[in-house]
Amino acid sequence: MYDGGKIIVGLIIGLGLLLSPFFYNAGKAAKAPVPELTPKAKEAKACVAPVTYMRESHFTLLDEWRHTVVRDGERYYRSPDGKRYYKSLQTTCLECHSNYSKFCLQCHNYVDVDPYCWDCHIQPEEKK
Amino acid sequence: MGVDRREFLKIAGMAALFGLGGKAAVDIFAPGEVEASMEGIPLTQGTRWAMVIDIRKCLEKQAQEKDGCKACMDACHRVHNVPDWGNPKHAIKWIWQESFEHSFPNQPNPYITEGLKHQPVILLCNHCFNPPCVRVCPTKATFKREEDGIVCMDMHRCIGCRFCMAACPFGARSFNWGDPRKAPKELNPEFPTNRDYPERSMGVVEKCDFCVERIARGELPACVEACDKIKAHAMTFGDLADPESNVRKLLREHYTIRRKAELGTEPNIFYIV
Ligand code: SF4
Ligand code: SF4
Repeated sequence: MYDGGKIIVGLIIGLGLLLSPFFYNAGKAAKAPVPELTPKAKEAKACVAPVTYMRESHFTLLDEWRHTVVRDGERYYRSPDGKRYYKSLQTTCLECHSNYSKFCLQCHNYVDVDPYCWDCHIQPEEKK
Repeated sequence: MGVDRREFLKIAGMAALFGLGGKAAVDIFAPGEVEASMEGIPLTQGTRWAMVIDIRKCLEKQAQEKDGCKACMDACHRVHNVPDWGNPKHAIKWIWQESFEHSFPNQPNPYITEGLKHQPVILLCNHCFNPPCVRVCPTKATFKREEDGIVCMDMHRCIGCRFCMAACPFGARSFNWGDPRKAPKELNPEFPTNRDYPERSMGVVEKCDFCVERIARGELPACVEACDKIKAHAMTFGDLADPESNVRKLLREHYTIRRKAELGTEPNIFYIV
């Protein structure tokens, strides 16, 4: 075989380069950020749905809200604990969760999703 | 079912809250509907919203003000974050003015009352009963709400193809050429304006939505409220489906015209001339 050794060395180097990010990060997995609640959210104690549901599926709920509000004109929501809410990202959700960078952004960055909500809905102004 | 005492107090309370007159309030809050309004489709099931615009009253007010009266337009554009680009080619029109002749080209009467000639008329989406804009929309981003006949826009779904703009014979739709947040600030001293209303991303079509978000809360459309506030009372919003409503009463008592009625789109904006 011609230059068999060179090919094998090349392959090993190539593979090494390919896997280098894994070696580089090995043993120091980035820690999942913990969303920070505003005093207002803490005081409210309950969100519109149980925390576990909100953590896993807030986007499903938001999508359903937007659909039922815009298409069906249903603007009120009754939470599992019987309370009524006006279905609005801007005026209901962001009223409590007004710390955009500590509540939304750091998690979205961590899981690398970039929702386009803020193309239209106005991001809360954070007090520095 | 009559209005019992409790019901009446409730209606009166809501009306005071929203600053409506007695009659107007009862028109919007039919008995029993206040409670129902918390759920689902409020104040609106089985209605057919319409508007009657009294051109005479409007012109009267226009004549009193130095630069004409723009209260309805200002209110609508403020509430809905409608940008002003300062460029007529990119103008976004929810509610606007046009000369009588341009608004009603099918009234070819050269001897029309002097008072109407070349006068500005308030125009907005007609919320047509047969809306051609809905028929041509390939994504159903424009749709007519079955329960109350309002022609709505779902801006999440609009792909900006502009078929609806071509289909609307009233020029009631505008294409959004840019981010409303970036509209020139000096033209909008209060910009950014209303945080309760979402803005639009670039490249969608928009138009008057009959203030669906306000009706849902039992408020009058912003333009009507502004007009009433300056005591012009040139705009009346109400339910065509109810023979006793404020709009039906006006239609009974006055001669009204509609824009391009011969096209068969059945506009729901009526003009008293
Ligand atoms: S006026 Fe134009 S945009 Fe409004 S419903 Fe009629 S066709 Fe559609
Ligand atoms: S009904 Fe509402 S959206 Fe339509 S022109 Fe009046 S204020 Fe604007």
